[in-house]
Amino acid sequence: MSAQEIAFVIIAGAGSLGAIRLVTSKNVVHAALYLVVALASVAAVYLIVAAEFLAWVQVLIYVGAIVVLLLFSLMLTKAPIGRETLDNQQRGMALLVAAGILGGLVFLFQDAFGASSEVNPQVTRTADVGVSLFRDFVLPFEVVSVLLLAALVGAVVIARKDEWAEQTGGGADLGAKGEAERAG
Amino acid sequence: MIAALLAASETGNFINDLFDSFWLVLALKVAMVLGLALTAPLAVGYMEHKVLAHMQHRLGPMYAGRFHGWAQLIADGVKFIQKEDVIPKAADPWVFTLAPAVALVPYIALFLVIPFDNTIFAENLDVGIFYTLAITAISVIGVLMAGWASANKFSLIGALRAAAQLIAYELPMILAAVAVVMQAGTLSMVGITEAQHSHWYVLTQPVAFGVFLIASLAELTRPPFDMPVADSEIIFGAYTEYTGLKFAFFLLSEYAGIVAFSAIAAVLFLGGYLGPPFIGGLLPGPIWMSAKVGALAFFIVWLRATYPRLREDQLQRFSWVVLIPLMLLNIMVTATLKVLV
Repeated sequence: MSAQEIAFVIIAGAGSLGAIRLVTSKNVVHAALYLVVALASVAAVYLIVAAEFLAWVQVLIYVGAIVVLLLFSLMLTKAPIGRETLDNQQRGMALLVAAGILGGLVFLFQDAFGASSEVNPQVTRTADVGVSLFRDFVLPFEVVSVLLLAALVGAVVIARKDEWAEQTGGGADLGAKGEAERAG
Repeated sequence: MIAALLAASETGNFINDLFDSFWLVLALKVAMVLGLALTAPLAVGYMEHKVLAHMQHRLGPMYAGRFHGWAQLIADGVKFIQKEDVIPKAADPWVFTLAPAVALVPYIALFLVIPFDNTIFAENLDVGIFYTLAITAISVIGVLMAGWASANKFSLIGALRAAAQLIAYELPMILAAVAVVMQAGTLSMVGITEAQHSHWYVLTQPVAFGVFLIASLAELTRPPFDMPVADSEIIFGAYTEYTGLKFAFFLLSEYAGIVAFSAIAAVLFLGGYLGPPFIGGLLPGPIWMSAKVGALAFFIVWLRATYPRLREDQLQRFSWVVLIPLMLLNIMVTATLKVLV
């Protein structure tokens, strides 16, 4: 085994362990922290294949922003302090979905890369990533930014609903409707 | 020896020049990063003691180590080690114990890319500045872990404030750095410094410099942005339940953060290891770099003695309504000028 493969086995092992504990953990905050392990190991795998920029994007976006936001909202709403435990009744369904996704991914990877196990990591300069993103893939890039803008506007609309209803009078109905929608 | 280090380098890194063995180079680099990350914060901590004291017309520590109390922080460290390691009964012991390390390690890792001359650095990553901004974001997870695991409402409120603050101020900080990166045309810390031979970016990006400093204060939860540890409201925020060595870790991460962010600001806006025009050649790069980091750290301490604490809602509004639009505008102007000029 090359040094790269040994590193991959260690990182993949740690990541898988994190992912398994993520779904078996009985405490939401612990689960979120195991998610950090799983996501960070994905970043480490990117580093192994010399995708440096992608690795730090993974750290900044997933570990630094999404997990922080997740922990933040968990702690604001329902993060039991102490030994409360949680469990859910969707195990069978979850297993089915997970198996489906695994099967799909294995099929897709086989289809895309075939039996060749050749891994040929090339050190890419970040400038090249930028050039290819903004020259060859500029349309998908712009489409994604419009999508994100739409999501942002949607978030603002949902957050402002009650205030708007209060200002225009007759807010009781609308407000209640908004509450019901959110609850449903 | 020093002259040899400063002379044109074969591999671009002074440690790689001197030794061939991979493991020896690795060990030396780790030693260099750890040495810097564990001693520079002590110097800044001592400076804070003395500067604050003199600004308040006191003497500050005077006895430890005989000369103006220079060994005060070493004595403090010994004291922290001796203290009882208390873990609250209701706390989550694992998360509680891991939290200080999660808060500290990112700031140590950050020293990896800080250049002290064009050959004196541990690693010149191609994504340098992006790496520093990405890795500092991890630190707040440690604070959130500490706040939740302490099983204390004040701790939890402190942690939530710290996280909200980080989410709000990470954005203007990154946007401020983006303007500089656009101007320099590179993400590498050495590259950004080298691009400032003709003029420092503080001249062309003064607004970004100000916003970057404000955002670093907020990320470090330093006054006037220290609501997460507001002692009049929530005791000491997420760190309330911590004692001894674990508490010392949090303190160390705060001061390592001051050094690290001062160094990043020095590289981005003050020409890093380059001296000012005309007299730049008089002193070697490492001394210029250290002087700039020291000056910025002094400025951060100075603000603590000067400004009162903001309110939580003022802080959030300031970031989302003032700083972020300002930085977006700054990027637009920079991009337009870059294309035109």
